[in-house]
Amino acid sequence: MTIAPTLSVEGLSVEFRTRGGTVRALESVSFSVEKGETIALVGESGSGKSVTAYAVMGILDPAGRVSAGRAMFGGLDLLAAKPSQLADVRGREIAMIFQNPRTALNPIRPVGRQIADVLIRHGNVPRREAPAQAIEMLRAVGITDPTRRAKAYPFEMSGGMCQRVMIAIALAAKPSLLIADEPTTGLDVTTQAVIMDLVNDLAKELGMATIFITHDLALAGQRSSRIVVMHAGHVVENAPTQELFEHPLHPYTAELIAATPDSAASLDELASIPGSLPDLRRADLPPCRYSERCPRRIDACAQPLPRPAPGASHIVACWNPLTAKPLAMRTPTESAA
Amino acid sequence: MTMLLDVADVSKVFPVGGGPGTWARLKRRFAKGVQELPKVHAVDDVSFVIAKGETVGLVGESGCGKSTLVRALTRLIDVSDGTIRLGERELSRKAARVFARDPDRRRIQMVFQDAGESVNPRFTAFDAIADPLRRLRNMSGRELTARVEAVAAQCGLPLQLLTRFPHQLSGGQRARVGIARAIAVEPDLLVLDEPTAALDVSVQVVILKLLQRLKREFGMSYLFVSHDLSVVRLLCDRVLVMYLGKIVESGPAASVFEHPLHPYTQALVAAVPRIGEKGAERLRLSGEPMSPIDPDPSVCRFYSRCSRAADACKITMPALRRFGERAVACHFAEEFLPKP
Repeated sequence: MTIAPTLSVEGLSVEFRTRGGTVRALESVSFSVEKGETIALVGESGSGKSVTAYAVMGILDPAGRVSAGRAMFGGLDLLAAKPSQLADVRGREIAMIFQNPRTALNPIRPVGRQIADVLIRHGNVPRREAPAQAIEMLRAVGITDPTRRAKAYPFEMSGGMCQRVMIAIALAAKPSLLIADEPTTGLDVTTQAVIMDLVNDLAKELGMATIFITHDLALAGQRSSRIVVMHAGHVVENAPTQELFEHPLHPYTAELIAATPDSAASLDELASIPGSLPDLRRADLPPCRYSERCPRRIDACAQPLPRPAPGASHIVACWNPLTAKPLAMRTPTESAA
Repeated sequence: MTMLLDVADVSKVFPVGGGPGTWARLKRRFAKGVQELPKVHAVDDVSFVIAKGETVGLVGESGCGKSTLVRALTRLIDVSDGTIRLGERELSRKAARVFARDPDRRRIQMVFQDAGESVNPRFTAFDAIADPLRRLRNMSGRELTARVEAVAAQCGLPLQLLTRFPHQLSGGQRARVGIARAIAVEPDLLVLDEPTAALDVSVQVVILKLLQRLKREFGMSYLFVSHDLSVVRLLCDRVLVMYLGKIVESGPAASVFEHPLHPYTQALVAAVPRIGEKGAERLRLSGEPMSPIDPDPSVCRFYSRCSRAADACKITMPALRRFGERAVACHFAEEFLPKP
């Protein structure tokens, strides 16, 4: 394929300076997303999913610093762009749905006005037409009685409705890339299904590329065509969804799948992952940050991680990957951490 | 099977002021006391039993009254109507404040949602676990220390962590503290309010296994409140599904999730993402839930969002009807019954 991806992140490294030392939050993170494609960034808390998104959006905490890497969006390197360039791209070309709609929305501005603000700033909509269009946006995201709801403040709406407003704001300017950071945590499963349907349908309609950040492997599997598994600031595996579930190559991915409750028939079948994330402030972090928890560690793990073959569709950062063995044959590792 | 907890016709209503504004203010002024104000029916006529050693799951969306029900039967709040019997004791007549010093207080204990928020930040792990023992068991000195250390060991909490404060503990360790302080006084019934919602999958598995082991060791009954159906399915014997203050379906966990009879349960089960399954079966809830403020007693609570809604649902509220081990509150439950 010769089509350039919508967003291509290459070798992204991010550090945070803290009193306790430098936290190497991300190291050589690479992935890309094409037009109309939905990829999922999956990992436990602290794995660097959100930091990746914030770095790409240029909204890292002041203590954070991008120490290496590029994020090519069109012809623009987002990581090297000037603030004014970024301001034009953000909201118009790249939009983000944040984790907690209640804190992300402005609490003292009616939701209709908040959507209108984005339309005026990024959507080339005349000021006088914006309120009416904002109501149309609310209708499009499935809010009943949008004329009345446009005047409501965020605290007057339920979590699911606030999330819909966030989606309306994100999609107001018809962006070409959408980053959804845990859009459904804290929502009920029924609402989650409706919101995810909505995001998927709108993404399809607008031909958007979507990066979907979640800790829920099952949800990621259902909603994305490719999954990028992260662990302690590394991308450990990057594969098409189906292939990842059928033949996980990285030991961590396999453990993660085995720990997901819906894959098991009984509690005894569920496997837990021994150990915890390494302290990212340590100076002597091993090249493979999983190696200290890994049941498949070999001597080769002490050398730098293998470079992925260019153009490979299934990338794994491991010296001793699992062979393509069916899931059912793996024995769950017993542990009591 | 001996009954441990018998909850009969429990209701809890909260009066609401009707919001800000002149009209509401006038209405409040001329209303004849609290009785005349509009009321939120948080829990409406709920009955169920928990047997000794049984694990019962309680599922439903946020705002359906799960937490109110749980607070009522752990006697943290008073019920408006109905009875709660624990063994031979009738608990609902005692005011919550009086019950706090009752010798039977220790028999129902609760594990709260996020141990990081529910444990006193100025208490060390030791104090957190020791507090109920001091208050309910009058333990002190060496006896107390020994008991706290024994409980911590049972919950897999290393003893050197007992001097730490909640913010110095990881999520999984905090969850263990929350469990340890609840089981320290040897309760008969442990109420777990989403104990793993704040945890990562890998830690969640460990905590769920811990809960299962503790249950086997001490023969406690669990009431497990959660909206994560895949966890409920693994841990629970029986499940209760709540919608807007009412129990709409109950039965053995496996058969409820295999063959949900109530349209709400069907939508709930269909909404759970599963590995390797595309969201093909699009059974989705549309519309907004009904308001819990003074709901019409003759209309089914689920009417506004139901896929199977018919005129009958507007005329009479369906009662909870029994079908063998199952019970469903739907006029059309027969349509969904598995063919024999």
